Amino acid sequence: MNRINLQHQVTGWLLLLPAMLLLLAFTHYPAVATLWHSFFSTPKGSRPASFVGIENYQVMIDDPVFWQSLWNNLYFSLGTIPLSIALAIAMALWVNGRIAGRGFLRLSYFTPTVLPMIAVANIWLFFYTPQYGLLEQITGFFGLPSHNWLGSPSTALGALILVAIWKEAGFFMIFYLAALQQMSPVLAEAAALEGASRWQYFWRVLFPLLMPTTLFVLINALINSFRLVDHIIVMTRGGPDNASSLLLYYIYQVGFSYWDSAYAAALTTVLLAVLGTTAFIKFRFLDRRTHYQ
Amino acid sequence: MNRPEQASEHFGRGGYLLESAAAWLLGLLWILPLAYAVWTAFHAPEFSTRLELGAPLTLQNFANAWNAAPFARYFLNTFLLVSMILAAQLVLSTLAAYSFARFEFRGRDFMFFLVLLQLMVMPDVLIVENYNTMNVLGLRDTLLAIGLPYFASAFGIFLLRQTFKTVPRELEEAARVEGASALQVLLKVYVPLAKPVYLAYALVSVSHHWNNFLWPLIITNSVESRPLTVGLQVFSSTDQGVDWSIITAATLMTSAPLLIGFLLFQRQFVQSFMRAGIR
Repeated sequence: MNRINLQHQVTGWLLLLPAMLLLLAFTHYPAVATLWHSFFSTPKGSRPASFVGIENYQVMIDDPVFWQSLWNNLYFSLGTIPLSIALAIAMALWVNGRIAGRGFLRLSYFTPTVLPMIAVANIWLFFYTPQYGLLEQITGFFGLPSHNWLGSPSTALGALILVAIWKEAGFFMIFYLAALQQMSPVLAEAAALEGASRWQYFWRVLFPLLMPTTLFVLINALINSFRLVDHIIVMTRGGPDNASSLLLYYIYQVGFSYWDSAYAAALTTVLLAVLGTTAFIKFRFLDRRTHYQ
Repeated sequence: MNRPEQASEHFGRGGYLLESAAAWLLGLLWILPLAYAVWTAFHAPEFSTRLELGAPLTLQNFANAWNAAPFARYFLNTFLLVSMILAAQLVLSTLAAYSFARFEFRGRDFMFFLVLLQLMVMPDVLIVENYNTMNVLGLRDTLLAIGLPYFASAFGIFLLRQTFKTVPRELEEAARVEGASALQVLLKVYVPLAKPVYLAYALVSVSHHWNNFLWPLIITNSVESRPLTVGLQVFSSTDQGVDWSIITAATLMTSAPLLIGFLLFQRQFVQSFMRAGIR
């Protein structure tokens, strides 16, 4: 009996081993190494890295670009997430309903999700172009003054938020659609019998029932807003004057334009702390409702 | 989609028209940027800012883009890249998922927790350290370096584990009685039953890695290893100045396989994303 049990254990481990080794090498090791390297200086030429304690973090606290990127990221998350979730719910309700032309609507809502972010960024870059772009032509048609949307510090981040909403709302719609299709039609009948309006039915019945989906989407949207900077690289390069720099974009800049890997490690540690907090909240609080077993 | 909804039958028609109008307005707004890109790509440059209905269609922009950069090579690279990643992911995830679903061994729960961590802390943000690792391994500027961090996929492991857990144990026991080994059971019993999940995962994985940009941008440096997304960025930021017709044509060209695949298999795409999303 013991031998069989041992064999069972060994087989389990062997099956797991290849995936686990790669996970450790490219997810867990780099996460730990990031933290470790953030306490050292950047090796330069023949001079190896030396222990500097929290110096990189002290530099970071005094670095206005770091703070701006962090705040920008916060605004970016706050700007994209609620609006794209609201739109996603509306889209899902419409596509799930009996509206004429559902096929076209579903296609139109979902297509941006299939496109690469870099393609999306190119398309919108043209859309926003001063003088030529479609947006300029539309505002010009109404006699509004010309405006460089991506070139002014006051509108650059907003313009990027719009792109992210356009790209993500259709993706989140899918999750709501899946949730709506699992709901019993009896709910709507009962609500109608009770004399509830459609508005009441949504807020009192549907919205609470969609809560697990909303939490799931919320977490994903939050992670995405810290993980995806393709559009920044294509559209603004963090500019003008860092007005649209996000945390990961700044890490990319520090790590691969200034080649200051130690400082980049300190910045990445902050990003990991953000993601880790999100993970903790998810595992600790949310997964009590959605079960993994 | 197979159960057209409920609510509009039960709640009056007053709001219905208003809502239809809103849905259509949003739908048109949503398709507008893409429609504009299609217009620009299929018309001569002088029409890119003049929306005349009778303007003649042309494929010249696509031809110009194709000849201006090694897009054939980029297509090949991306194709090899997504195939390699998908193959590795399917094999590794299947083995690991089977282990988590059906084996009891010491440390399993902790290992599973380590796997789930990757859902939050993904290689996408660990660019600096992974760059160093690739340097040490001598893999910089190769397709393998782009794919390697994604071979072990927490998402794939999780998705397949959930699926395998729903397979009745009797099926496995029956196969065992006939003398099948663990691997044979996996291949003959579990994998065939999980086919729809594999399809869903494959679609999600392929579209994800077809679109991936930041990591390939960092780790590649030559035409031989650049995927389409990076090639497109290099092309549109340096070679072209502001010839939007050609850039837009190149943009559509690089997304075309996914876009066409999506249009043809819309239902499967949407259902796959749904299936992959339900937990």
